[in-house]
Amino acid sequence: MVGIVSYGTYIPQYRIRLSDIAAAWKKDGQDVTSSLLVTEKSVQAPDEDAVTIALEAARSALSGVEGLSPQSIEALFVGSESHPYAVNPTSTIVGELLGVGNNYLAADFEFACKAGTAGMQAIAGLVGSGHMRYGMAVGADTAQSKPHDVLEYTSAAAGAAFLMGKGDEDQNKSGRKKIDPQGTTKPIVAKLLAYTSYSSDTPDFWRRDGVAYPSHAGRFTGEPAYFAHVIGAARRLFEKVQCKPSDIDYCVFHMPNGRFPRDAAKRLGFTPDQILPSLVVDTIGNPYSASTMMGLAAVLDIAKPGEKIFMVSYGSGAGSDGFVWETTEALVKSQKSKVKSQSLVQQQIAKKTYIDYVQYLKQTHKI
Amino acid sequence: MNVSIIGASTTKFGELWSVSPRTLAHEAMDGALKDAAMKPRDIQALFVGNMLSGMLGGQEHLGAFFAEELGFTHAAAFKVEGACASGGLAIHNAFNAIASGQYETVAVLGVEKMTDHKPEDVATALMGAGTAQERSSGCTFPGLYAILARIHMQEYGTTQEDLAAVAVKNHFHASLNPNAQFRSLLTIEQVLRSHAVADPLKLLDCSPISDGAAALILSRKKVNGKREKEIEIVASAVATDTLGLAQRESLTELAASQEAARRAYAIAGVGPRDIDIAEVHDCFTIAEILALEDIGFYRKGMAARAISRGEVTLGKAKKLVVNPSGGLKGCGHPIGATGVKQVVELVTQLRGVAGARQVKGARVGLAHNVGGSGATAVAHILKS
Repeated sequence: MVGIVSYGTYIPQYRIRLSDIAAAWKKDGQDVTSSLLVTEKSVQAPDEDAVTIALEAARSALSGVEGLSPQSIEALFVGSESHPYAVNPTSTIVGELLGVGNNYLAADFEFACKAGTAGMQAIAGLVGSGHMRYGMAVGADTAQSKPHDVLEYTSAAAGAAFLMGKGDEDQNKSGRKKIDPQGTTKPIVAKLLAYTSYSSDTPDFWRRDGVAYPSHAGRFTGEPAYFAHVIGAARRLFEKVQCKPSDIDYCVFHMPNGRFPRDAAKRLGFTPDQILPSLVVDTIGNPYSASTMMGLAAVLDIAKPGEKIFMVSYGSGAGSDGFVWETTEALVKSQKSKVKSQSLVQQQIAKKTYIDYVQYLKQTHKI
Repeated sequence: MNVSIIGASTTKFGELWSVSPRTLAHEAMDGALKDAAMKPRDIQALFVGNMLSGMLGGQEHLGAFFAEELGFTHAAAFKVEGACASGGLAIHNAFNAIASGQYETVAVLGVEKMTDHKPEDVATALMGAGTAQERSSGCTFPGLYAILARIHMQEYGTTQEDLAAVAVKNHFHASLNPNAQFRSLLTIEQVLRSHAVADPLKLLDCSPISDGAAALILSRKKVNGKREKEIEIVASAVATDTLGLAQRESLTELAASQEAARRAYAIAGVGPRDIDIAEVHDCFTIAEILALEDIGFYRKGMAARAISRGEVTLGKAKKLVVNPSGGLKGCGHPIGATGVKQVVELVTQLRGVAGARQVKGARVGLAHNVGGSGATAVAHILKS
């Protein structure tokens, strides 16, 4: 069965409080925070971009697997809406620096905030079909937003990488003994029970080539966009795995703000406790392609073996990718190693340095 | 010459993302034609109330556009624009077209599609109803009405709770209206706790951005077997004032509303005390308070408390019920459709078929539609 072999995340250490952004525009910080349910967001350092952030996350994911050569990775997909180059792939730069070698499929994905999970589905297909053993999907962004646009309060920077492969279970079943170059088969920490996708031509948020900041259609980004697709994918996923919210331990949704995922969870019948561990948005904002993947990582950081995780991303334009995961015993070891290396999502969230609005403008190269 | 409404219909109002203006127009007009037992070929002229089709959709020439769409082949057709009073003005023109003897049967369509556009584009387009000075100073309509609210508070001791009471009442009425945008009840506290938009106006003091259409069929012909459904327009009056607030002598009243109402009462031979139901222009909560005073239901400074006490609330009112549809605040405010919807609501009430929100024994109704910050006001009085 296809699953997650390891995962890694990276959150730049800089934070700006939403109340500081609000103050710059003479807005009521309390109003902004209570409306978005976000208190602060992560900001990249002046020398960080989607490439460096993707690389940090990918390195962290790879370091979580003992004895697996980077060259075992046969596909590397990086999803972002802030790829530094319009033409020249992020994935090959990351692959080169990661030491993946040359025998791999590299591709950049773009699908607003779901480019990373689109990569995960592509890897799931390639690995699941037996085409390859290991593939890595990364979601990384230094999210753009125009000063004074409502997006400015939430657009954040972070990355998440998932190394996916086939678990031991499948090899035993098939009787074949496929081995990676090191001669070991790595256990998976979460099995992928089912996945689905839901797409339509819904232009709720876009950025034309050469334009610095995205545009969005205000409230149109809600009901006909985010909710229609997230709920659409979620319902298909429930049908596919023949389960209901009470059969699930945790749910994860894309987090453009704190309100939408909570609302989606409620509408689908999940309890606040089921969604709470995933809500990284409250303290780091929305790192676009990394948002849902970061939520999944935060849940994997605390889940027990044998628990089910229901996850639906959302990308404007528009589409949602849905996954149901079931954690395994191997997750415990992964969690212990992350605690030791200070790489749990919550540990990364806690490691922070506040900057003011002027510094924020500098670090995001607006001034 | 008697001009009667023989067909009336409205679409649901709200954020109708999947519905086009053509579909909205069809739904409203097909309903009105069916109500009047008429076919498109019976319509001699079409009056379209709309404000933003040009600025937001790039589509002008709406008379021919909708005449073609609705199958009113070769009918005379006009777009009538007067900001938020476009719908009321369209009815006024339709009324005059019949009263002049030129036509026997005409249709009125009020339609607006606002949610396909970016909020900042909508806000910019709406400021087309103001003056160049207001635009260049950065004012928006919430800001202009906030000025009116602030002055009313200073002059008459009107409070934010009084403003909130208008929203609470209109949401209650809207909760009984299946076509309303908001069917949820509000509390004073919820309104007061909502975000500030333009002090002292909170988010829940403001009418929403909406899509919707409403249609009427007006005729002087007697329709066989349909007499009981006819509602007569006994007065149709329009008045204007300075386009901008800065040029007004007084900011505690909208003189255009006063003048339009005065003219309508004179034409109809009735007074404020004769009115059983009124659909007034509550684009912001302060606007309903101003309207109730300007139309003559209350003396200046008295309306706010009266609304707070429930004097014009369905089920509590002794006589006059204000905004039984939910008003612009509760039912929604698709600009060009609003003035037409107000009259559709009066027709529904005067026919006694308003269901859960029926005002018992309603015989005389008044519709009050305002454009801009009070530069245009339209008053219609209808009798069953």
